[in-house]
Amino acid sequence: MRWLREHLVLILGMLVLVYTFIPILVVVLMSFNDPASRNVYQFNEFTLYNWTHLCEPEGMCVALWRSVQIGFAATLVSTILGTLAAFALVRWDFALRSTTNLLIFLPMAAPEIVLGSSLLALFVAAGFAGNLGMITILIAHIMFCLSFVVVTVRSRLAGMSDTLEQAAADLYATPRQTFWRVTFPLVFPGILGAALLSFSLSFDDFIITNLNAGTTTTFPMYVWGAAQRGVPMQVNVVGTMMFAISVLIVVGAELNHRRRVRALV
Amino acid sequence: MASTAGAAPVAVADVEPDTGRRRGLTGYLLILPGVLWLVLFFVVPFYSLVATSLYDPAGSDFRGYEMTYHFQNYWTALQEYWTPLVRSLVYGGIATLFCLVLGYVLAYAIAFKTGRWKNLMLVLVIAPFFTSFLVRTLSWKLILADDGFVVDFLQTVHLLGEDGRLLATPVAVVAGLTYNFLPFMVLPLYASIDKIDHRLIEASSDLYANPFVGFWKVTWPLSLPGVVSGTLLTFIPAVGDYINAQLLGSPNQRMIGSVIQSQFTDANNYPIAAALSMILMLLILAMVLVYIRKAGTEELL
Repeated sequence: MRWLREHLVLILGMLVLVYTFIPILVVVLMSFNDPASRNVYQFNEFTLYNWTHLCEPEGMCVALWRSVQIGFAATLVSTILGTLAAFALVRWDFALRSTTNLLIFLPMAAPEIVLGSSLLALFVAAGFAGNLGMITILIAHIMFCLSFVVVTVRSRLAGMSDTLEQAAADLYATPRQTFWRVTFPLVFPGILGAALLSFSLSFDDFIITNLNAGTTTTFPMYVWGAAQRGVPMQVNVVGTMMFAISVLIVVGAELNHRRRVRALV
Repeated sequence: MASTAGAAPVAVADVEPDTGRRRGLTGYLLILPGVLWLVLFFVVPFYSLVATSLYDPAGSDFRGYEMTYHFQNYWTALQEYWTPLVRSLVYGGIATLFCLVLGYVLAYAIAFKTGRWKNLMLVLVIAPFFTSFLVRTLSWKLILADDGFVVDFLQTVHLLGEDGRLLATPVAVVAGLTYNFLPFMVLPLYASIDKIDHRLIEASSDLYANPFVGFWKVTWPLSLPGVVSGTLLTFIPAVGDYINAQLLGSPNQRMIGSVIQSQFTDANNYPIAAALSMILMLLILAMVLVYIRKAGTEELL
């Protein structure tokens, strides 16, 4: 009883954590499911078929590949623009600083449906209504990833003391050498984190994309369409793979970090 | 931000009192591309949303729209769609409350009870949300299905009637919203709770406060910044979301995002859709301002 009282908060917290994993468990389970019929969405029989025939559902892999491409392109552009802006905000002085901060904050605070519909209103007003597709999706994705990159890189930069950079300068390093040998390696984990965040934001976006995609289908849009007819089990394979890949990346980063900390000690 | 303040004294010591930031053209050149992108694709679109909401509703995307400052659009939109609008605010509000309770327990447990496993625990909190939003939501559809184990269990304990169901009810929609936006609550809460000095809580118990009073008078007020940003980060996207309502609910649970989407793409009724979008944003903005002011004064008390 005493034990229970002392650990009550921890037990409740772990129960919440378990709850967040329930849907993932179902997704993994269903990726090995051989459904009895297309509409019965229940676990029937174990099979590897969905994994070996990943691209069987019509249009799924095309949409998946398109989402990966959009994700990479949006990540590349938003990470570069966002990192430059973060350096400017932390290291440089300029007019309209608070306005700029507000401009960066607002896209993260506005509901997606408002962001998406304003972009669509612009595209329609600009006579672009018939040409919605990859370009308009990319424009939108870069826009909403940008703020998250700035915020992530900025917090890394702001948390860094400049003593190492001063030491480099004292040892006669040129500003260029100081930047590439000292500053950049120190900020890099922040940039990498920002890039991962952008990719997952872009890859997973539905509401904004759906308004600005025209007839182009991304993976979330494919799932949305499939949900009206009956979802192929292969969608769960993709869900499982996304989960596994991201966990591998995050755990790998953590292990790498620990190894380096140990090497320093 | 706290760390910038920490770096400042070095600069203060040898130069004039400034922030240690360099002046010059380079700063402008660095920030220009990002700012330009946001101005072009965030600020300008917002103006065209305002403009679109005032177009003559008689136009269409073939014939084009005329700018007639038709403020009537707002009234029409409100009259026709006030139910999904109010419903979205209510569902979003309830889901935010549930998220606050679940998220607080989880954030508190991680910050104070997991010791050196903290980092791993944080990774575990975010991990489930790396799977696609839609795949996660479809998974809830399966869990809450009529012949699923949750409904079976609730029927056995008579919390749900023989032909009672969860899917296509507000319960399923709110449950989906709560689940999907939980990390937006947990992370800011954790950041706030983790910063609390544990000695303050010990001091309260030394002064004979029981754990509940100690929590209410010490932990909760100190975690308020996290509570405020967590509730905002949860409430705003939850109100605008329509994925949960569409996949887990029925047309009776339709939310405003779905109306805006279909007015734009299916009905091609741009002025009304834009007006609805504006109303949603203004409502959220008003609620947020009132909320921040209220939370701010409570903090002072």
